[in-house]
Amino acid sequence: MKYLTEFRNGEIAQRMAREIHQVATRPWKIMEVCGGQTHSIIRNGIDQMLPEGIEMIHGPGCPVCVTPLALIDKALAIAAQPGVIFCSFGDMLRVPGTDSDLFQVKGCGGDIRVVYSPLDAVELAVKNPDKQVVFFGVGFETTAPANAMSVHLAKRRGLKNFSLLVSHVLVPPAIEAIMSSPENKVQAFLAAGHVCSVMGFWEYPPLADKFQIPIVVTGFEPLDLLDGIRRAVIQLEKGEHRVENAYERIVTYAGNLQAQELLAEVFEVTDRAWRGIGVILNSGWRLNDHYRAFDAEERFQITGIHTEESPLCKSGDVLRGAIKPAECPAFGKECSPRHPLGATMVSSEGACAAYFNYGRFMSAEDLAGAGTARSL
Amino acid sequence: MCLAIPGRVEQITTDGDVRMGRVNFGGVVKSVCLDYVPEVGVGDYTIVHVGFALSKIDEQSALETLELFRKMGALDEELASEEEAFARAATAPQSVCPDGSCELTGKNLRSAKRARSESAQ
Repeated sequence: MKYLTEFRNGEIAQRMAREIHQVATRPWKIMEVCGGQTHSIIRNGIDQMLPEGIEMIHGPGCPVCVTPLALIDKALAIAAQPGVIFCSFGDMLRVPGTDSDLFQVKGCGGDIRVVYSPLDAVELAVKNPDKQVVFFGVGFETTAPANAMSVHLAKRRGLKNFSLLVSHVLVPPAIEAIMSSPENKVQAFLAAGHVCSVMGFWEYPPLADKFQIPIVVTGFEPLDLLDGIRRAVIQLEKGEHRVENAYERIVTYAGNLQAQELLAEVFEVTDRAWRGIGVILNSGWRLNDHYRAFDAEERFQITGIHTEESPLCKSGDVLRGAIKPAECPAFGKECSPRHPLGATMVSSEGACAAYFNYGRFMSAEDLAGAGTARSL
Repeated sequence: MCLAIPGRVEQITTDGDVRMGRVNFGGVVKSVCLDYVPEVGVGDYTIVHVGFALSKIDEQSALETLELFRKMGALDEELASEEEAFARAATAPQSVCPDGSCELTGKNLRSAKRARSESAQ
């Protein structure tokens, strides 16, 4: 039965891809914002099913990649303090700060805990009244309801030893920033399905109108992605710019109202620096005045930390246009997307990462052997 | 990191005034906050992110998405125990891109380019 389903879905996928081929008469560039969608597109070969001219541009939807180095350093400084239990999701353990990472801080005696849910961190605060428990809350709108609930419960339970180191970033202001960039090439967006399961998609019609772009709320399955791309291409070909929902089984226009209510109670909009992109106005959430006492940055007042992008890195020159990425001595050697030395290699939209990923610095011969000769 | 994993609600409990539930993700059972999904009951499927249910989902979609995320390796990452997370970190290289999408993107683009240039010849 399972194979029958897969076979049928395979047929539908082929049919959907054929429709995209029939509809597309011109090249189009479509950005999927979410890193999870990027994963699914690559794993399932969606981009290779598309006409040559339809290019998927991978957006800044990896919350860890866009977290500023200074905040990672601040997290490491707090985590190293005696009397602190520092809680994080597992994927932050090997994210490098200037000198170290959370896993190394643990090796030096720091009390680092990996939790499944922010509520686990609240529980640790209850069980360890003589310790300060800090939760590192990084993420987009999908993660925010969990962090909001943790701090809400900590306040309601009168916990004095729980705080949140928060760096929430928001999708709509990022779309606005990308579209406002003079170098922008993106012509349509696939909005991230799980972000919209929380926020709905009421924030998107003004963006679609302002920038004259189709925005399609899209899921993660191969069929979801193909359907999202298909709808975006149809709109582009017709010169339309509407917001469509291609993920109706999960996402409603209004979103999850219970979650939005608590988000509004706990957070307020703030400017945020995105690593590799810069400060985007009103692009994040921080704890508001009612919850400021639970802000780890307020509680720990960390100063004098030493944040430094690598001295080998010439990203400043690259950004000024003084050198091409491949002219930097560290490019492709000490510096790669997995071991970035600077902001322009961190974000996949950064100039160095783009050069690296697209292989523009390699000869045709090098390119042909790149899949095996080089591990990123 | 922003993926919400589908699971089946097996039991509903309360923790003080918080509505909690035991949710089964293809064999791994976790304690999950159900406060944001009052419409979800025992036997229902819901998508869950970092211990919070966000939306109800039908069974077939849930099972298909679960299978996709399993293939992507996303289940291991989201549902790992603390011991598993530390064990993985002990051998993992430092990376600002823990989900590996940068690496995937690079490899794929190259293989796609190669395939296209070969087919053009």
